[in-house]
Amino acid sequence: MANVSIRNLNVHLDGNEIIKNLDLDVLDGEFLVLLGPSGCGKSTLLHSIAGLNEVTEGRIEIGGADMTWVDPSQRNIGMVFQSYALYPTMTVERNMSFSLRIKGLPTAEIERRVQRAAEMLQLEPLLKRKPSQLSGGQRQRVAIGRALVREACVFLFDEPLSNLDAKLRNELRRELKMLHKQLGSTMIYVTHDQVEAMTLASRIVVMRNGLIQQIGAPGEVYEKPENLFVAGFLGAPNMNFIRGSLAFTADKLTFVATPLNLDISGYAFRQPPKESQATTLGIRPENIHITPSGRLQGSVSLVEPMGIHQVVWINCCGNMISSIVHETVEYRADQPIRFDIDTSKVSLFDQLEQRL
Amino acid sequence: MNVAATPGQGKRMLTSPARVGVYAFLISAAAFFILPLYIMLVTSVKPMEEIQLGNIFALPVSFTIEPWRAAWGSACTGITCEGIRGGFVNSLAITIPSTILAILFGALNGYALSFWRPRGANLLFAILMAGAFIPVQVMIFPLVRILAMLGLFSSLPGIILVHLIFSMPVMTLLFRNYYTSMPQELFKAARIDGGSFLRIFFQLILPMSVPIVIVATIMQVTGVWNDYILGLIFAGRDNLPMTVQLNNVINTTTGVRLYNVNMAATILTSLVPLTIYFISGRWFIRGITAGAIKG
Repeated sequence: MANVSIRNLNVHLDGNEIIKNLDLDVLDGEFLVLLGPSGCGKSTLLHSIAGLNEVTEGRIEIGGADMTWVDPSQRNIGMVFQSYALYPTMTVERNMSFSLRIKGLPTAEIERRVQRAAEMLQLEPLLKRKPSQLSGGQRQRVAIGRALVREACVFLFDEPLSNLDAKLRNELRRELKMLHKQLGSTMIYVTHDQVEAMTLASRIVVMRNGLIQQIGAPGEVYEKPENLFVAGFLGAPNMNFIRGSLAFTADKLTFVATPLNLDISGYAFRQPPKESQATTLGIRPENIHITPSGRLQGSVSLVEPMGIHQVVWINCCGNMISSIVHETVEYRADQPIRFDIDTSKVSLFDQLEQRL
Repeated sequence: MNVAATPGQGKRMLTSPARVGVYAFLISAAAFFILPLYIMLVTSVKPMEEIQLGNIFALPVSFTIEPWRAAWGSACTGITCEGIRGGFVNSLAITIPSTILAILFGALNGYALSFWRPRGANLLFAILMAGAFIPVQVMIFPLVRILAMLGLFSSLPGIILVHLIFSMPVMTLLFRNYYTSMPQELFKAARIDGGSFLRIFFQLILPMSVPIVIVATIMQVTGVWNDYILGLIFAGRDNLPMTVQLNNVINTTTGVRLYNVNMAATILTSLVPLTIYFISGRWFIRGITAGAIKG
């Protein structure tokens, strides 16, 4: 068990600045997910924590001890890689015991740990096989097992499920979550898959270009994105964005994007809003309700059936707005419809793309 | 009941003009290499009288293995007449350590360059590669002086060291390219598991290098076995390799030139690389493609 604390971290790789002045605190026992598009520095950050990258500047502490320049094997971490990185010439059992054999633990202890990990991950029947005789899902479970036997304080996952097919990914995702519940150890998990991030994380760190955009619980990041990037990155289909401006009328504050006119008096502004300030309004598809009594008007341009729900794309005032509909109503193209926007769920962003 | 009438679409045309052309080319190319071997084999089992008739393609009328015995045990190499037997032993004594050490150090170099990437690794590699392009002849005299200073000139360790030095660029390149195509994550996982420089090399990387080790073995064995000039200069009188002995056999004539003995000695000398090619040709191609193309 340990927390991880990163202070003022700078990482350059091949002369490129990958991570800039990053501060991050990972709490003890937390499942922290680093989320971002490829090239955002999330993997580099993870590898820096593991000690596989050289740090240009800054400090990394694991469990209160300065680990910035400590050898990877001495950091008390276990790591799982995207490509599994199993040792092809060794059996599953020897793959898992490799680190323990290097440490020179007694044979009985090695056996006990391997058995325990194998039990947890249902690997017992596979112990004598070589990695090449395993399926993708089994390989990744062995890789997880190899990290487990070290009984490390912190587990690092580098996109561990990206190479698996969709069904297996869901399965292993659940297993990982159960594993975290069972072990209660600190886990840091890198992914570009928002579903993995939302389902696994106790907190999500959204990164872009080596900078942290937002840190928060999954619900918080989803409901109250700090900026346009975070808002657009999470959620499928994307959050709808409408450009417009703010207007004060009598006792009300409205968002105006002619012909749209929304009462947003209830919005929790961080700074006092200014008259006619240029604003982007973001609203998630599930907060747009198609109803005959709706105040807004548009026409259906496309319907995407998803099984569990359907996504209706509404052509309204020059914008394409998506709405998630759970009822099994059939919509035709060009059909005129009325809808409402749930103004209690909107996010507003200023010209600098920051949350208002 | 018309089974036989199904059209034989799967059958390839063996007699189309293009096919004939291809076969004609392949056969003549094969003949180009096989014919000299045939002549050598045939000549080596003929008595001298038959050879003097001049029909070099003719099969032997009276078959004899006497020339082979002579070549192996009693042909004259200068003033001694003990055949090339001694050369065979010398060549083994030179080739085996030169091959094992060259592969070991080449693999270590490649491993360090592609996984550990120390500062200046690319520069070091470039210098090593430049070494591969400098003709051996340029370095012979300085090397003679250096080895003489070290007291290794004209000795078995001396000639092994020379072979080791000259094989380093190619061996390093071979292994470096092979290792660059291996996933880095494997190495990183081993680092986290606590492997040291040598531990990761011997327990993880080397067991995964079988195909490229085979390629390196073939290259190194043939290279060292076939070497003439380095053996002549650096090995010393007592360690002369088979190639030098062969040359002596052929150049030592007392009266008649014994073509059959010369041929037998030549075949004997080339037998080792030939056997290695036959055994491992399949591996050779596989390893070359695995290592070179992806690098």
